[in-house]
Amino acid sequence: MHGTSILDEADRLMTVCNSCRYCEGLCAVFPAMEMRRAFSDGDLNYLANLCHSCGACYVDCQFSPPHEFNVNVPKTLAVARAESYAAYAWPQALSGAFARNGLVISIVAALSMAAFILGFAALNDRGVLFGVHIGPGAFYRLMPHNAMAALFSAAFLYAILALVMSVRAFWRDIGTPIGGRADGGSIFQAIRDAGELRYLHGGGVGCYNEDDKPTDRRKLFHHLTFYGFLLCFAATSVATLYHYLLGREAPYPWWDMPVVLGTFGGIGLIVGPIGLFVAKSRRAPELLDESRYGMDVGFIAMLFLTGLTGVLLLILRETAAMGPLLALHLGAVFALFITMPYGKFVHGIYRFAALVRYVQERRSEAGS
Amino acid sequence: MSSKYDVLVIGGGNAALCAAIAARRGGASVLVLEGAPKFYRGGNTRHTRNMRCAHDAATEILTGPYTEEEFWEDLLRVTGGQTDEELARHMIRESKDILNWIVEQGVRWQPSLGGTLSLGRTNSFFLGGGRAMLNALYLTAERLGVDVEYDAEVTDLVIEDGMFLAARLKRPIKGETEIRATSLVAAAGGFEANIEWLKQYWGEAADNFLIRGTPYNRGSILKMLLDKGVQEVGDPTQCHAVAIDARAPKFDGGIITRHDSVVFGIVVNKHAQRFYDEGEDIWPKRYAIWGRLVAAQPDQIAYIIFDSTVVTSFMPTLFPPIAGQTIAELAGKLELDPAALEKTITEFNAAVRPGTFDHTILDDCVTEGITPPKTHWARRIETPPYLAYPVRPGITFTYLGTRVTKEARMLMADGKPSGNMFAAGEIMAGNVLGKGYAAGMGMTIGSVFGRIAGREAAKHARN
Repeated sequence: MHGTSILDEADRLMTVCNSCRYCEGLCAVFPAMEMRRAFSDGDLNYLANLCHSCGACYVDCQFSPPHEFNVNVPKTLAVARAESYAAYAWPQALSGAFARNGLVISIVAALSMAAFILGFAALNDRGVLFGVHIGPGAFYRLMPHNAMAALFSAAFLYAILALVMSVRAFWRDIGTPIGGRADGGSIFQAIRDAGELRYLHGGGVGCYNEDDKPTDRRKLFHHLTFYGFLLCFAATSVATLYHYLLGREAPYPWWDMPVVLGTFGGIGLIVGPIGLFVAKSRRAPELLDESRYGMDVGFIAMLFLTGLTGVLLLILRETAAMGPLLALHLGAVFALFITMPYGKFVHGIYRFAALVRYVQERRSEAGS
Repeated sequence: MSSKYDVLVIGGGNAALCAAIAARRGGASVLVLEGAPKFYRGGNTRHTRNMRCAHDAATEILTGPYTEEEFWEDLLRVTGGQTDEELARHMIRESKDILNWIVEQGVRWQPSLGGTLSLGRTNSFFLGGGRAMLNALYLTAERLGVDVEYDAEVTDLVIEDGMFLAARLKRPIKGETEIRATSLVAAAGGFEANIEWLKQYWGEAADNFLIRGTPYNRGSILKMLLDKGVQEVGDPTQCHAVAIDARAPKFDGGIITRHDSVVFGIVVNKHAQRFYDEGEDIWPKRYAIWGRLVAAQPDQIAYIIFDSTVVTSFMPTLFPPIAGQTIAELAGKLELDPAALEKTITEFNAAVRPGTFDHTILDDCVTEGITPPKTHWARRIETPPYLAYPVRPGITFTYLGTRVTKEARMLMADGKPSGNMFAAGEIMAGNVLGKGYAAGMGMTIGSVFGRIAGREAAKHARN
């Protein structure tokens, strides 16, 4: 018996699946399962995070409900996955954030945006807040650069620390020996697997969402979201280098690298999350962990808000709306940063670690 | 619903869908009547995983060539010659093309699954298993414009002078309780889920049989056809039966209830007595005799008994083994006489000669001086915990069917071919398989004759 009822159910299903193995060619979960005959909590959390929820094994399974064996791997692993986020959260005192995650994310986002608006209003004259600012340093007339850099660096570093501590606990629990390192080759392969969402494809035809007709829509919208996020991150990084190395202050002209990267990234972060939200809304309920709807939508909404406020800021940066929009954008990004370790963002981190582990296992099995 | 279809397909598995697709591609309007609800569509195809097709060279997923001649020799061996050579050779020849044709219908292949290496050269596995294969065929059929109705039980067939006229339905479909069609393809499986029918040959013992596949294969279409003058083929008392876990559900437990552990231990009946040589031959060649062997034991129950040293030698099982620290404790849990089981195991252990164990070959680990002997892989059962799986006969499919020609056209009792009735799949498998079985052959029969039946039925309807 395991610590939770969902892990007991995941154990039951993996026992069923391990004596069947028809789904072996669909993704990484089933080959990883076949390397085991019994499943620890860590094994099950590993398999849960390895699952990309493409739904193919449900549609293909002769034992899925209404069959009495009641095999529903995508849903069971989705619940187990969400529970694993709380189980590995650092510090553990904050794991409760996952319980009502949609509410927590909404409150943090609202407070963060409100704090920036109030802060801007309190620290600036009305004329400055609603003024038109043009040219280098325009943003910093509303919030000094050093204050902005210090605040966001602190939030970002805290998020990194919490994520590293969480994934360390996960990495140990999924069966790597203490001190066991991920080798470069495995990490490189896992980056490729994650980068192309290799296992979100139903074994080749696409993933299942609202019915039994596979499509690649979720993969496409996830790519837009993920690469949009990366482009925005790259835009910020380039801008930071401009600021400190070249002494060039934001805002930059539309053709300059930070703006180009940010524009494309922002569009990805608007279109991608909308697509994912629509797909989520249409997804067959039997494939969904419905109790985590708030967590999923909360994260999608945060990315969307970040993209939307960013793009609006770009379009309207030479108007009187720039001040309030900057406050909203900074509020959204700040909330995104500090909630990263306590929301759906972690799915990517754990899944990546699981993919690294899977590549390692495959290689050591092939070598033995 | 139009008043008359070119081709009516009764059944919803591999054979039925191949027929429907081939008929539709041949220009016919096609209706498929599947008696089961949508989830259970496809009969036993849901539980399959591969198909045996001849091929002259290795492919991406097959490790080497499997010639027509080799396929024929395998078929001859497993059936002991009880096959229709002309029909069988025709099927084997056509199977070569099926490897590609079925992919064109949306089915995807994958290399042989873990634990099935012995089939890697001969059998092509469906990516995602039999239900994935079915899903692909249904999507293709619907895309082509084939009409499909579920929960569509046929209660009667109107047949005159060997000509199919109409099928009567239990539940009206769009107001109609009678469907007329120019051609009929019967692809509705065997009768293995019809316990009353099985009892005609097996008596009350059939009450203790478990049915590995769909509860919907009750043989009603087969019976109607035979009653209305179609010639029968195959031994009605024959069925494919393996030993499956006695804790499995009555129907539809599928492949996961099987046991591959017989060669690693001994098998006893309810009196704790051994009754057959557990080490007669390599397991894949012998697994299919154990259903019949257990069916012949009192109360149709037996127990595979082994010890803790071999638990990882076979595939993980759905139901865990029953365990005891002593033979007596295990016997108690199995409700066997402890003294009798202890005696059987003590005598067996004493009869085991030294040898070098290797389950992949016919090794030299044998018993001496007991009856029945264990002629390979005999090792003492002496390391607790002692473990057991209870097993019962698990019926896979039946052999009784309708006789057909190479065009999959049914033959009437008087020897004349039917004007417009065709059959494919398990309902006519007895033409090729008089007895015995080799993995993946049922699907070959289904796809090859399904495609032929659909093509010929469309040709008839379009003439």
